[in-house]
Amino acid sequence: MDTIHACFKDKIGEVLLPGDVFSFRLPESGDGSIKTDKIICGPGLRRNGEEVQVCKSGILRHKQPNMYWIDSQQRRYVPAKGESVIGIVTAKSGDIFKVDVGGSEQASLSYLAFEGATKRNRPNVQVGDLVYGQFTIANKDMEPELVCIDSCGRANGMGVFGADGLLFKLSLGLVRRLLAPQSEIVKDLEKIFPFELVVGMNGRVWVKAKTVQQTLIVTSLLESCENMTSQQRQTLFKRVAEGSL
Amino acid sequence: MRDTPLSNCERRFLLKAVEEKKRLDGRQTYDYRNIKITFGTDYGCCIVELGRTRVLCQVSCELVPPKDSRPTEGIMFFNLELSPMASPAFEPNRQSELLVMLNRQLERCLRNSKCIDTESLCVVSGEKVWQIRVDVHVLNHDGNLMDAASIAAISALSHFRRPDVAIQGRDITVFSPEERDPIPLSIYHMPICVSFAFFLQGSYLLVDPCEREERVKDGLLVIAMNKHREICSIQSSGGIMLLKDQVFFLITFLVYIYMKLIYCFMKKKFFYPLLFRKEGGKFGFAESMPKERITALKRDEAPVEMTDVQETASEIVNRTETPTEAVSSPVLVAMGTAQVGEGIVNSWGLDEDEEDEPQTEDTKTGSV
Repeated sequence: MDTIHACFKDKIGEVLLPGDVFSFRLPESGDGSIKTDKIICGPGLRRNGEEVQVCKSGILRHKQPNMYWIDSQQRRYVPAKGESVIGIVTAKSGDIFKVDVGGSEQASLSYLAFEGATKRNRPNVQVGDLVYGQFTIANKDMEPELVCIDSCGRANGMGVFGADGLLFKLSLGLVRRLLAPQSEIVKDLEKIFPFELVVGMNGRVWVKAKTVQQTLIVTSLLESCENMTSQQRQTLFKRVAEGSL
Repeated sequence: MRDTPLSNCERRFLLKAVEEKKRLDGRQTYDYRNIKITFGTDYGCCIVELGRTRVLCQVSCELVPPKDSRPTEGIMFFNLELSPMASPAFEPNRQSELLVMLNRQLERCLRNSKCIDTESLCVVSGEKVWQIRVDVHVLNHDGNLMDAASIAAISALSHFRRPDVAIQGRDITVFSPEERDPIPLSIYHMPICVSFAFFLQGSYLLVDPCEREERVKDGLLVIAMNKHREICSIQSSGGIMLLKDQVFFLITFLVYIYMKLIYCFMKKKFFYPLLFRKEGGKFGFAESMPKERITALKRDEAPVEMTDVQETASEIVNRTETPTEAVSSPVLVAMGTAQVGEGIVNSWGLDEDEEDEPQTEDTKTGSV
């Protein structure tokens, strides 16, 4: 359907408000050959019958071949299935741990959802520890559930972590930019000095560098990247690299 | 809303940073955050920003009968509120320990130190005195609420003007601000609180702790001092053991320095708005908010699609259903009883209906 793409094309890069509607009327062509095109509606767009409605304010973005979404700024996290987040264990009750992920409800994490955990061999998790896990259940009707293993049963980087290092909070947009496959911010940061970085999609980031001073530097650099253009960021990082060396 | 719990690794990191004398925002151990004081258009209203901590204070006055034990003195009433917008840890209508401590410390600092001359607030001895009410609201909590609250309270009290009164015999005339200029309160001295947070059993000390540093602290020491090097109040909480020498060192060197810094800053901030006011210039909160910064609320004009607005509006009006007809005016059933609309048939107590019927007929024929 060329009409669908044409509808969206004029609005790519423009600011849209909740309530804006894209409606598609199927052309009454006599041939009967209706090509069905698939369009993927990302966050901020919702299908309502024959219309696509905008439900968040932001800029419309497009990724080839057929993905559209709304880029909006947000700091509060809403749990979604499949996302990897950093949680803080708040309570141990029986067989499950209660984990705070920054959403409206605390998520539950079963003690068996760790690699190599059995009923006899319980994982070593204390209240106040940091865990990196994925959501298996996350909708608005139920309490979210986390697991620290993937579908094959391997940890794959998830589980308890963070003996040292600092945890801080960033906006969700910046976190998504950090997690992009070829993130420029991370590449620029790597050139300054080595450090460990864990990024959770709930806006929480854990950093560990060799000394306390370096950890604090990385923290404040990441917090300041929020509103800077890439040019300003590169000049800032260059100044820091020269200063610290 | 629940507050985010502090994880073990954060706690360990913060304590390690304190040991190495490093702070999260790059300050030194004895550095205070930037203080910003802005006054509003009304007399007695001020906002204090200590880094990211924001506190609003409003002073108001009222004529009331005095207390029986002190018939010639005015009344000072202090009230500090932790608004839930300040932090997810603050719940509305909950008496937390922090709230009680802050209120008590504010009262001790300002009331017991007798910084305001309450005798001058008396209008008619034993009958009418001014009650000065100081309301402090915490708008954002990023640590060190006590200092911000005390700076806000004393700045607002200095800024405040009460209405002028004239007494003729037993008649009291209160003049409005247009008739006669309002009078400032008579303030003897300005006490300001300075907070110190202690870590690791009192071995390390930080001035002006931010919110995360406050969470891992062992104890807190708040000292209120005025310009004349008089200590107005000392409060130590958290049960840390401090040596006499440590406290003396703090008082003689550090507290006085901070007090002077804050005091000079306040004086500077205080006189300019007053000058503007006299010259007729613009003043108030709106003028003091920065507009050119990226985080300010100002936006450039954005084009809005305005074509066919009238047509779409009339289309929507035509499409919606007409509202149901309004009910006709009330029907007078009996003297003093009217009925609007038709009620549902009463399905209770069906036996009583037969008894009631002859009675209602009588009343209908009787009056109306």
